[in-house]
Amino acid sequence: MTAPATTAPEGKPAGDAPPDAPADDGFDRDVLPSPPGATAALLRSLLAPMRARVGCAALVLLLQQAAVQAGPLLVAYAIDRAVPALRAHDTGPLVAVATGYLLCALAAGGLQYAFIALSARVNQDVLLDLRGRIFRHAQALSVDFHERYTSGRLISRSTTDVESLRELLSEGLQELITVLLSFVWISAMLLWLDLGLGAVAVASFVPLYALIRSYRRRARRVYAKRSTTIAAVIVKFVETLNGIRPVRAFRREAANDAGFAVLNGRHERVNGDALLEMARYVTGSRLVANTAVAGIVLWGGYRVADGTLALGVLAAAVLYLRRLYDPIDRLGMFLNSYESAAASLQKIAGLLAQTPSVPEPARPRELPALEGEHPGREVVFEDVRFGYRTGGEVLPRFGLTIPAGQTVAVVGSTGAGKSTLAKLLARFYDPSGGRVLLDGTDLRDLAVPELRRGVVMVTQEAFLFSGTVAENIAIGRPDASREEIERAAKALGAHDFIAALPDGYDTDVRRRGGRISAGQRQLVAFARALLADPAVLILDEATSSLDIPGERDVQRAMATVLRGRTAVVIAHRLSTVEIADRVLVMEHGRIVEDGTPAELVAGRGRFAELHRTWRDSLA
Amino acid sequence: MPTTPAPAQDRSTVRSLLRLWPYVRPVRARLATAASVAIAASLVGLVIPLVLKWMVDGPVAGRDPAGVWLGALFLLLLGVAEALLFGLRRWLVARPLSHVEARMRAELYGHLQRLPVAFHDRWASGQLLSRGTTDLMLLRIFFAFPMTFLLVNGVTILVGVVIMLVQDWVLGLVVLGAALPVMVTCMVFERKYAEVARLAQDQVGDLTTVVEESVLGIRIVKGFGRHRSQARAFRKLAGTLRGTELRKARLLAAIWAVIVTLPELAVGAALVAGAVRVADGTLSAGTLVAFLSTALALRWPVESIGFLLALSQEAATATDRYFEVMDARPEEETAGTAGAAGTAGTAGAAGTAGTGGAAKPPSGPAPPGAGLRFEAVRFRFPDAPPGSPPLLDHVDLHVRPGESLALVGATGSGKTTLTALVPRLHEVTAGRITLDGRDITALPRAELRALVAVAFEEPTLFSASVGENVLMGAGDEASPDALDRALSVAHAGFVHELPEGTATQVGEQGLSLSGGQRQRLALARAVVGRPRFLVLDDPLSALDVHTEAAVEAALREVLADTTALIVAHRPSTVLLADRVALLSGGRIAAVGTHHELLRTHAEYAHLMSGREEPGDHEEGTRR
Repeated sequence: MTAPATTAPEGKPAGDAPPDAPADDGFDRDVLPSPPGATAALLRSLLAPMRARVGCAALVLLLQQAAVQAGPLLVAYAIDRAVPALRAHDTGPLVAVATGYLLCALAAGGLQYAFIALSARVNQDVLLDLRGRIFRHAQALSVDFHERYTSGRLISRSTTDVESLRELLSEGLQELITVLLSFVWISAMLLWLDLGLGAVAVASFVPLYALIRSYRRRARRVYAKRSTTIAAVIVKFVETLNGIRPVRAFRREAANDAGFAVLNGRHERVNGDALLEMARYVTGSRLVANTAVAGIVLWGGYRVADGTLALGVLAAAVLYLRRLYDPIDRLGMFLNSYESAAASLQKIAGLLAQTPSVPEPARPRELPALEGEHPGREVVFEDVRFGYRTGGEVLPRFGLTIPAGQTVAVVGSTGAGKSTLAKLLARFYDPSGGRVLLDGTDLRDLAVPELRRGVVMVTQEAFLFSGTVAENIAIGRPDASREEIERAAKALGAHDFIAALPDGYDTDVRRRGGRISAGQRQLVAFARALLADPAVLILDEATSSLDIPGERDVQRAMATVLRGRTAVVIAHRLSTVEIADRVLVMEHGRIVEDGTPAELVAGRGRFAELHRTWRDSLA
Repeated sequence: MPTTPAPAQDRSTVRSLLRLWPYVRPVRARLATAASVAIAASLVGLVIPLVLKWMVDGPVAGRDPAGVWLGALFLLLLGVAEALLFGLRRWLVARPLSHVEARMRAELYGHLQRLPVAFHDRWASGQLLSRGTTDLMLLRIFFAFPMTFLLVNGVTILVGVVIMLVQDWVLGLVVLGAALPVMVTCMVFERKYAEVARLAQDQVGDLTTVVEESVLGIRIVKGFGRHRSQARAFRKLAGTLRGTELRKARLLAAIWAVIVTLPELAVGAALVAGAVRVADGTLSAGTLVAFLSTALALRWPVESIGFLLALSQEAATATDRYFEVMDARPEEETAGTAGAAGTAGTAGAAGTAGTGGAAKPPSGPAPPGAGLRFEAVRFRFPDAPPGSPPLLDHVDLHVRPGESLALVGATGSGKTTLTALVPRLHEVTAGRITLDGRDITALPRAELRALVAVAFEEPTLFSASVGENVLMGAGDEASPDALDRALSVAHAGFVHELPEGTATQVGEQGLSLSGGQRQRLALARAVVGRPRFLVLDDPLSALDVHTEAAVEAALREVLADTTALIVAHRPSTVLLADRVALLSGGRIAAVGTHHELLRTHAEYAHLMSGREEPGDHEEGTRR
């Protein structure tokens, strides 16, 4: 398991960072801005392709409800018609009732099946769409976004937040349609039975509506808070799991328990608040409904006593009334899942509204065809300026030309801007001014596949994905054959340790015996880069965990692999520099020395000094 | 993707759910009260129609205004009571249920923190996370609805059936006849649904893992332009989950179809039979109406059983998944070998000969076996395939008190694992490790880990301030001076230039630092508590030559009176130490000073200088 390596560009904090904290842009509070109406727009865009199927499902449900509601009518028919007919030895109406009931029962069951199957398909397609959108969008967002948003929040967006939409869709749709249908149907029946009583029932909708409105307002607040608190819990969870070794070694368990208890307690409280809001709503709506029933019975009773109302009508009205208010609870449940889903959707919409700071080109260009047999390309930094969000310019007006096929080593102290240079060349960031050109083409004009045929970067953090060793190497080139994968591993001296794993190249890096040391992980990362076969290869501290022979093996492989390729090698260890054609010494975002290794060593500059220190350290 | 293997199928929903009892126990009074309240509310609900019937038959039919008032008042009271009981039930459970969920989550978190590192190596964190989130939410829903309403609806159905049987036992039996097939279907359904529900939950866990990895490995995904293939892989997995969910939905649809159809058919049959008997005159029309309205009133409780069962089923699966982790045994406090302290060590076995002279003798006479000692240590990962050779075969090593010893070995030779054995992040398979003569398995873990400070190769910072991150390495009594001293040893003066100095938030939720900066903070964390024993795993790998030299100079002073084991890849790091040990083939192949070994030991010379071992071919091609 690799710790979340949030390798930031060197010197970002060490530079002249502003004394005050960066402006609040919602990241810290886990509320990203989204344009007004984005939530509704998101929901609409998710449901729009399903319009026909949602309509179809609604129709099925309508028919199903009709079949169910037919029951009481058949009972009435049986008592009013079939029984007298039976007494007259006419079994026809009874047979009709029996047939009707049988058909209704079968239809109710069959349509119920159809509805659930249909709506599940709609729900799952919507969820698949949404999950995919979140994932793709997150992947398209740039590295600096991820450094701030944290993996825990992103996981929260694509799990718990999607889950609340799932609840809304799987239960909500049916609830809503059923509730609306019975409201309309029963109100109509009541009005038809008696205008006065019906009007009273309809009038009771006014306080109910007010109740629903206030509930929605309060629930929305609570659920927005809940979504934030659970995300905080998840962030803490993930951080602990990924740092389990230091947690153990530094006996952080108790302190973590305490920290977690605070976050967990916050979530518990908000969760309880949400349940209490529901309790309040249920009590209120029941009170309104039951008061209305009592009132109608009182008034109706008087009118029957007056003789202005038939007894039967009152009885029917009262029976319908009970049914009228029954779905109120279910409406509450719907509102519940709706508000919960709305809060989650808002967070998702905020995420989706983030635009990548390193956007893909609208009209991508292609790199010019390679001249000659060498795979290398020319790299030019043209008046490049760059500063991080935290302020401070790391590269002030930077110019550099690396001819095709040259191997350049970049050295310099921490914070000199070496990694920034690498990240601009790999287009993890875009410069704030100037251009980075690859064979004369601005990196910003290259589509991703083209860009990665051009430039690939290997960093010191060698993250392994779940899967086999072979799959991890194949990230460099997914269509590579096993033979090519093994060839890359052999070239780096990684073959022996891989072959010694329980299942060789097919060893799952998480399964039994699949433990891989930091140095071995770096070899795998190197093999990826080898396999990717780019025109420009950037190595950022890519051998820091290797032992000296391992590093030699890699260098030997590189000597072959890099021939004709353009390479930028950033290293603290000067051994790496030996393979370079040219050395750049950087200081405060500027190149202070530039020459062949031999020239610089012979000189009296910083590099000569560094080299001496390094030689001494080898003694 | 690694789907955690589903457990054997001979599980029972009830048995799984019963395991939740310890968590429910503290709130049992509340829950029991709430259930009684719910039953009371539902009985009130049954009484209201009776009152209506009484009013219609009595005062209304008799045109008795006072009676109408009385009835309406009574009805209003019942209605208010019902509403309050409904609210009361929810109010009673709101806080306790959130508390149960939170407590289960806190215990899961606490337990995970204490599970062996080997457990974490095996489990994808997404799977663990989904247990702490979605699974616990399912359980909260279970406590809130199915647990109460299976009871409430069961009672309601029972009372309803009794009422129906009392009204007319023949018709009652007809309706009851439908219950049997419904129950059988439910049982069959339960088994199938459980399997699919489990599968779906595991797939959610896998999906979580992919999301997490895609974020943690974002630089690799970006660096190779793989976000599309990554998205394809995700889509495939999400598509599989969709398929499972659809299978789940089809099962659910089938059970709903049965639950809707059969009772309806029974009511239909009762209606026909009733109509015949009313025509015969053996049954009154009023009884038939009353009977049918009771039957219709029972529709919701019966229908709800389907989804209540489905929710219970998912809750049972969630419980299983939860306890899969909770049942894993945490690190045991002490092994059976307690009391082995003071075992006479074979003093001097590691050889006093050839010390570089830098070794500081400990103040006062050292007890035999003082310092850090590995005795015949053998280690193989507990989950390694049987028959594979152990990673560490027979390690004998003695780091004398106050001495620092560098550990050198080829990539993958087990150096990091060896260092992980000292703070007992992994347990030795055989042999033992002693600190000043005390077997580490005899020490309480907390004490052991307070004695031994570690800096890992992967310098992880937590979401806290810089100062807090560093002071984690010290006890509670740590002073600001200690912090300053540790920062200066690690040459981490850059923290004073951070926006808020040592109070700057770092870690996942804070400012991100470079690898070298993080490594220096990790080093400061290791030395801040002035530990007796220090274990450093390649502590300077990410530093540039200048910084490295500065840190080394400061570190030498700290190491002067600390017993230290330092994993080293470079001569510069080796030179920090008094002596070097070479780990090769699972054993300590040689011990001595750097220069000695460089001269006398071919493998060591190869590792440290890159010079070829004798017998290898000529030096590789250079450019």
